[in-house]
Amino acid sequence: MDIHEYQAKELLSGFDVPVPRGGVAYSAEQAVYRAAEIGGDRWVVKAQIHAGARGKAGGIRVCTSDGEVRAAAKALLGRNLVTQQTAPEGLPVHRLLVEQALPIERELYVGLVLDRRRERIVVVAHPHGGMEIEEIAQREPEAILREVVEPAVGMRPFQARELAFGLGLAPAQLTQAVAAILGAYRAFRDLDATMVEMNPLVVTKDGQVLALDVKMSFDDNAMFRRPNVAELRDYAQEDPREAEAAEHGLNYVALDGDIGCIINGAGLAMATMDMIKHAGGEPANFLDIGGGASPDRVAAAFRLVLADRKVNAILVNVFAGINRCDWVAQGVVQAVREIAVPVPLVVRLAGTNVQEGRRILGESGLPIITADALADAADRVVAARNRALAEQATMRH
Amino acid sequence: MSILLDEKTPVLIQGFTGDKGTFHAKEMIAYGTDVVGGVTPGKGGTTHLGRPVFNTVKEAVSATGATASLLLVPAPYCADAIMEAADAGIQLVVTITDGVPAQDMMTVKRYLWRYAKERRTRLIGPNCAGVISAGKAMMGIMPGHIYKRGRVGVVTRSGTLGYEAASQMSALDVGISTSVGIGGDPINGSSFVDMLALFEQDPETDAVMMIGEIGGPQEADAATFVKQQMKKPVIGYVAGLTAPKGRRMGHAGAIISAFGDTAAEKAEIMRSAGLIVAPSPSELGATVAQAVAKDPPRRAMAKR
Repeated sequence: MDIHEYQAKELLSGFDVPVPRGGVAYSAEQAVYRAAEIGGDRWVVKAQIHAGARGKAGGIRVCTSDGEVRAAAKALLGRNLVTQQTAPEGLPVHRLLVEQALPIERELYVGLVLDRRRERIVVVAHPHGGMEIEEIAQREPEAILREVVEPAVGMRPFQARELAFGLGLAPAQLTQAVAAILGAYRAFRDLDATMVEMNPLVVTKDGQVLALDVKMSFDDNAMFRRPNVAELRDYAQEDPREAEAAEHGLNYVALDGDIGCIINGAGLAMATMDMIKHAGGEPANFLDIGGGASPDRVAAAFRLVLADRKVNAILVNVFAGINRCDWVAQGVVQAVREIAVPVPLVVRLAGTNVQEGRRILGESGLPIITADALADAADRVVAARNRALAEQATMRH
Repeated sequence: MSILLDEKTPVLIQGFTGDKGTFHAKEMIAYGTDVVGGVTPGKGGTTHLGRPVFNTVKEAVSATGATASLLLVPAPYCADAIMEAADAGIQLVVTITDGVPAQDMMTVKRYLWRYAKERRTRLIGPNCAGVISAGKAMMGIMPGHIYKRGRVGVVTRSGTLGYEAASQMSALDVGISTSVGIGGDPINGSSFVDMLALFEQDPETDAVMMIGEIGGPQEADAATFVKQQMKKPVIGYVAGLTAPKGRRMGHAGAIISAFGDTAAEKAEIMRSAGLIVAPSPSELGATVAQAVAKDPPRRAMAKR
């Protein structure tokens, strides 16, 4: 789960990470009021979306008067911001962060990640911040500093000092930098983050160390014990179908193709999508219906897949382990009767009680194309999709 | 011998008396697994499915001599249950539970290292289908009847894709020694390399099928291990060719976030390390059958 920059800054400042003075605004009036609250004569108005590269896309604006703050807020709010990291349609801007603008001496990179090979939290730092870490890693890999945190004792102050000295910070900034790094680590650990990035962590002209931009992601599996983080979820930043899927306990990821997929198990779902591609088609989505494929769940899955207007055919592939094929078949039949499925449907069942499942599909009288093996299923759904498109084309003539 | 588990292994079930525990315990017993009892805190002293229930794993171990434990414990309590089993001296813990926080797994793995190597617990999972030694015993939630007994080892991240492979192999009369699900999480108890090392040593395994997916360095590490340390042929497959970058595909660990995380990159790494890579997921069984036919168990024959 991702959160907005202003939310991450609020969380981190609770762990003694220094951040610029600022606050959230939902309207142009609030933005002007925030600027007045902060004081000074230079402010930054920052669009809050769950993606980076906002600066180049015009999502971060420096303002020197009330009027400019108001104009910036009006220009940003209520529109979609398209950056290099968003989909072509961009992400909606409903919130702004208004902050004091600071004269900056140096920009540094500090990021904390869960390293899968080491199975540890690793703190990564680099003396040149502001770029994406992938870019930094490519340009100057030798300047990357790493500290691996031993989970039994947590991050030690000496590790933060090694990073601060490694970044070339002056003794005057040492205490502040160590506090920022250790605070970010404690936030990572105590809030079940999977990523905390301070990019850039800056030294201002007057010698303060501040996290100028921050990003945090969290472990979905740990949200049961982090209600204060879970409530920060912003559904407006997510694909509405994915948010709806999550409510039904389904895993759905929208893709670009036109063959809808309903499958049990994440690995089998990915393999089935591979098979569709192998057969010359493109999957419209990833969808794992999980273990207990009750008729309700299957019906919810059909509704989700059909909500995508691109879909020209659907493939259901269930390998029943704990499930039984006859139950799955009943679920499919019931769902297809309830919801008019306007596109060809291919169903492949395998595993426990498969004969019974096939019999139920066959006797339903519904126009369901069945397949026994994975390759057949993919070939049939691609063929059915091509026929459906050809028919549509003839009807138009 | 098969690896990890056979019909003589005395098995406990943590979370024995719940719905899932009951259902899968029955399946495991019917398959031939020696289920010696279970643990449900607060229900010690009762019996369930004709087996004793204990309050703690320590009590269960001292009363039954169990050496393995299957965990069907809800995710919030899973890390604690694994550590309890390790502390009681259980040698093999298989964790089915999906949704264990990654930091819990970091703590668990660190905890397991407290023990000397000879008595260190081997953890399989979490978020996996379990372990089955075909025709002997199973600790997990898989449909036992699709696994035909034989001489190919299987190690897979995904449960259902493992079933797919097993049924394709059975249809071609290729049998399985042991099939291990290592799970779809970013931090697993055991890695592909750990399982490949066991299969390489197992006299009843002639070849290994390894089914990976997008995300993480484990498939590449396994490819290096195969190249440097294995004599037995390894057949590979990596699911997720169509997966977009930065999106989690169901499994917590199935996400392309770094260089080398994509299915195409991993398959290429496997190929260049000498693995035979199945061209599509419908040819998992056929690729194994061909590899086994081309490389018959010469070592086994020479020994005879």
